[in-house]
Amino acid sequence: MNHWIIAPVILPALIAPLIVLAMRHDLGLQRIFSLAATLALAAVAVALMLSAASNPPQVYQLGNWPAPFGIVLVLDRLSALMVLMTALLALAALFYAVTSGWDARGRHFHALFQFQLMGVCGAFLTGDVFNLFVFFEVLLIASYGLMLHGGGAARLKAGMQYVVINLAGSTLFLFAVGAIYAVTGTLNMADLAVKAPLVAPADAALLRVGGLLLLLVFAVKAALVPLHFWLPGAYGQAPAPVAALFAIMTKVGAYSILRVYTLIFGAGAGDAAWLAQDWLLPAALLTLALGTAGVLGARSLTPLVCFSVIASMGTVLIGVGLFTQTATVAALYYMIHSTFAAAALFLIAELVCARRGAAAGRLTTAAPPAQGDLMAGLFFLGAIAMAGMPPLSGFLGKLMVLAGAQGRPDTALVWAVILVTSLLTIIGFARAGSVLFWKSAGEAAAPQAWPAGPVVAASAMLAALAALTVFAGPVERYLDATAAQLYAPSAYIEAVLGETALAAR
Amino acid sequence: MEFLVASGVGVMTAAGLYLMLRGRTFPVVLGLAMISYAVNVFLFATGRLTIDRPPVLNGAEAYTDPLPQALVLTAIVISFGMSALVVVLALRSYLESGGDEIDVIGEAEVARRIERDGVSDGEARR
Repeated sequence: MNHWIIAPVILPALIAPLIVLAMRHDLGLQRIFSLAATLALAAVAVALMLSAASNPPQVYQLGNWPAPFGIVLVLDRLSALMVLMTALLALAALFYAVTSGWDARGRHFHALFQFQLMGVCGAFLTGDVFNLFVFFEVLLIASYGLMLHGGGAARLKAGMQYVVINLAGSTLFLFAVGAIYAVTGTLNMADLAVKAPLVAPADAALLRVGGLLLLLVFAVKAALVPLHFWLPGAYGQAPAPVAALFAIMTKVGAYSILRVYTLIFGAGAGDAAWLAQDWLLPAALLTLALGTAGVLGARSLTPLVCFSVIASMGTVLIGVGLFTQTATVAALYYMIHSTFAAAALFLIAELVCARRGAAAGRLTTAAPPAQGDLMAGLFFLGAIAMAGMPPLSGFLGKLMVLAGAQGRPDTALVWAVILVTSLLTIIGFARAGSVLFWKSAGEAAAPQAWPAGPVVAASAMLAALAALTVFAGPVERYLDATAAQLYAPSAYIEAVLGETALAAR
Repeated sequence: MEFLVASGVGVMTAAGLYLMLRGRTFPVVLGLAMISYAVNVFLFATGRLTIDRPPVLNGAEAYTDPLPQALVLTAIVISFGMSALVVVLALRSYLESGGDEIDVIGEAEVARRIERDGVSDGEARR
């Protein structure tokens, strides 16, 4: 048994209480430990990814209880990729928070940050549906604290909405889990994949209801229309480094959809096969369209970025919703891209807003921002990435999604939506950029200290996108094998339950 | 008994949903509490309703499923913590903004208030 599999959960889980208990009055120590722990997490994630790339899915049995009786963590290519993405994103967000002083504006930033990482990594690694619920709660509780970091009436109000919508989502999750357990008698994902086709015909409808309720829960997390409405308020009011970290939270929803609806409700699920297919693609197309409308209509920079995140989730979920191997490769590639692009844009948006004086992020003519050239350059790069223009990776990602949608009866519709929304996103960002940086009048705002650390953090995200473009070949090869693993779940099931499990199916 | 439990869960969920859709924080908090009660009873019933049976397997005897009880315990602990959090949050939000409406003010209204009253972004969002 590879004990490193649990390290991404244990490491932040130990560091966070240590920070709260032993160094609550010493911000310097907190920063050192938090950064070191996140660096260590990234190192572990790289090692896990190398291990996942050369091995079949690996299982970690908690307490050494055999599945399906105990909870298992499963490391396969997809979960290793997600954990690595989380660690890299966290590193940049944390660096931004430390260098911009955000972590000093309230208490317990670093502890909450580590708890958040624990929840996210756990959600990516677990192989048990109820345990997924528990890790969802861990990451949500930490995210409530992080979102409200720094306080203020507006943030509290947005936070209240965010908490309530997620509590409702958690309740729905429990209803779904209860319904699924009632008809299958198990909650282990691999065991569910074995049991789903064996459900009695009288109970099959209940299983489908449970499965679709679960899709609703993941749709809330992934900000899928019509359950996207919480995102602009929550992300828009969250501190920039927290919003950047939250870029991974929508991907938790996308990951869960991909995992559950290929493994449990995939090809082998009998009556419930490809359960999500009919719903996901239309909803994703709507998400993309509505997100783009938001980008065009936004009156302020941060909501504009929020809506572009919704639109990019639409593109990711179109790839997922096609449920073919090639489209899944595209979805995964675009998911990596959109995570880093969204994080970069949130960081850049705050840098720009802080330099425009009273006008902040509002898209009206005002004095040009201090350090305007640097800000304009960063914004330009971030906008190119988000809109999916060459040379950055969004272009490749969209191209792959378009290729993945080929040869279907509704190809024309998918292509039209993606291409038209891309154009509209470019227009939206061009409008925002020209108002912010070119249509400015009057004296420039007072020059501020050169934001070295924050700019490094934002540039690191953009550099990650450039690397994703340059190394698109190796990345695509990795993702090809990842998608192949997802669409042939027998290896996963055998790893968890042993080789005889599939004989029953 | 099944009918009684099922309709109990149904009524509580419906009442909780209705309260959650209200515009003020207090009914929303009550609604959340009610829905989490409903889901706890629902989870408890997923192991089927049996009376007077041991929660362990011993031979061919009938038993009651122990797993939902473990699940429901976890769910209760989490929903209890969440309820406490949401109460504190609602109170804090009320004290800071002077009202207990759930709605946040739209961007258009924020921009209008800034134009009209010359207030800062944060004040316009109250």
